Amino acid sequence: MSVADEWTAGREAVAPVAETVDLLVLGAGPAGMAAATEARAHGMRVLVLDENGAPGGQVHRAVEARLAKGAVSDGQDKDGAKLAAAFRASGAQYRPGATLWAVEPGGKVFWSESGAARSIQAERLILAAGATERPLPIPGWTLPGVMSVGAAQIALKTAGLVPEGNVWLAGQGPLLWLYAVQALAKGGKIAGIIDLSPPGGFSRARPHLLRALKAPEYLLRGLVWQQRVKRATRVIQARELRAEGEGQLARMLVDGVAHPADLLLLHDGVVPNTQVTRAIAGLTHGWDPVQRCWRPALDLWGNTAVAGVMVAGDSGGIGGARAAALSGRIAALEAARALGRITTDERDGRAGPLRLLRDRQLAPRPFLDAMFPPLPEAAIPDETILCRCEEVTAGRVRQAVGLGCLGANQTKAFTRAGMGPCQGRICGPAVHGVIAAARGVPGGEVDPFRTRFPTKPLTLGELAALAG
Amino acid sequence: MFRRTEPTDCTIVWEGRDLPAREGESLAVALLAAGITSFRETPVTGAARGPLCLMGACFDCLVEVAGVQNMQACLVPVTPGLVAGIQHGARSFEEDAA
Repeated sequence: MSVADEWTAGREAVAPVAETVDLLVLGAGPAGMAAATEARAHGMRVLVLDENGAPGGQVHRAVEARLAKGAVSDGQDKDGAKLAAAFRASGAQYRPGATLWAVEPGGKVFWSESGAARSIQAERLILAAGATERPLPIPGWTLPGVMSVGAAQIALKTAGLVPEGNVWLAGQGPLLWLYAVQALAKGGKIAGIIDLSPPGGFSRARPHLLRALKAPEYLLRGLVWQQRVKRATRVIQARELRAEGEGQLARMLVDGVAHPADLLLLHDGVVPNTQVTRAIAGLTHGWDPVQRCWRPALDLWGNTAVAGVMVAGDSGGIGGARAAALSGRIAALEAARALGRITTDERDGRAGPLRLLRDRQLAPRPFLDAMFPPLPEAAIPDETILCRCEEVTAGRVRQAVGLGCLGANQTKAFTRAGMGPCQGRICGPAVHGVIAAARGVPGGEVDPFRTRFPTKPLTLGELAALAG
Repeated sequence: MFRRTEPTDCTIVWEGRDLPAREGESLAVALLAAGITSFRETPVTGAARGPLCLMGACFDCLVEVAGVQNMQACLVPVTPGLVAGIQHGARSFEEDAA
């Protein structure tokens, strides 16, 4: 028995995959599902890899299960159910529970599922990896009992867990209010909301109001959310927040005032997930000074600087679920053109109306961006852990800057920040922001963490399956 | 902390203790629903940690599942009788090879 056989013996059998595919889509959120469905309509052989167990991504997570239970209620869920049904019927090969960990030049893609590595040669790639929450590092945020708002939303959507007891939400951003509304509607109880956003949100956003009204449903929805939440729970405006407890969250200090807490949910908006795109050589990214995040440089279709590699949805810049689905379809049309399935005229004819719809969905973004700016990293106290994996504080990162560190990659060597198993996924934006603030330069002048394949931890056992 | 609004349909074992769970939900969610927030001890200082993101990014929910270490509890689906426990520090290679 070979080493590979030994390692893979007894593991769950995984259905084989073809050696080649026309289009590989990473992610089965709105962008990925829509891209795969559109590509199938043009006869392309499509493989979709997704880390989750069911289609939907984060925004439509577990939408099929909730549909089966008759628990699909809001418009967002209805959108998701429609996308998932079309995706299931499309004939795209779908691999749930699959974690992509490498993309080689020329389109060879590697991933792991059920403990075994796989690979395939793809003509084109559409990366639709979605968004991750921007970290909100506060002193004590590593205590068990401190989680992100997005995490609590996942617990709600997948298992019907609602908050109860001394549960607090803190930070800023639309998702914080949305989760509060969803949790309250399901019978949850929230002790209060700590609003850390700087005052003057509306006056900052006002110049973008007219444009935002092209899609007024976003603003109306936001106002309704805030009203509902404010009727049901208290909202405290604050500047400083700390979590405290012995090996477990017990209380929090809000501008120095103690409140008992057994669950604290943090949120500071979302950023594009660029973990894979940043690892692809030659794939350029640009700094978004408003949302203070990196995003891949894309043309109107979603083409990156690397031929054959495209990006769709929030991983190319935050636009929300509806814009993501539209950009997935637009990218798939361009992929179909590139592979000779449709002519350039056909692509343009089909994509025209989709692009108009996408523009409408993106119209409120400047307003929302001005209303909900990310919290300033300069205000993070020195004792706060930034890199949770390696337990590196903001003070140590600032010290490294004092010793001459110019960017995030140098702080790795000085402090090990970003070198743990999450590979900088969580701390990346915070480490980057702290360095930029300490140097007194715009974020665009500071190198982000360089990501490398494998972009997810991989065991030798998984890898050995490739030799089998 | 959290309250279930949907029925459970099976039992899992956490640190030798039976907990109610629902087949198909993530192990991390099942533990949280049972009031458990400490999933692991860090390799650096031994501090207690629990999940942050529940979406596979943070690696703070690492546990041991059926003898396999460093499993992300948020990506492990519950099956009836699943046996899991705290991940103590870094993965130990001797145990894994056995």
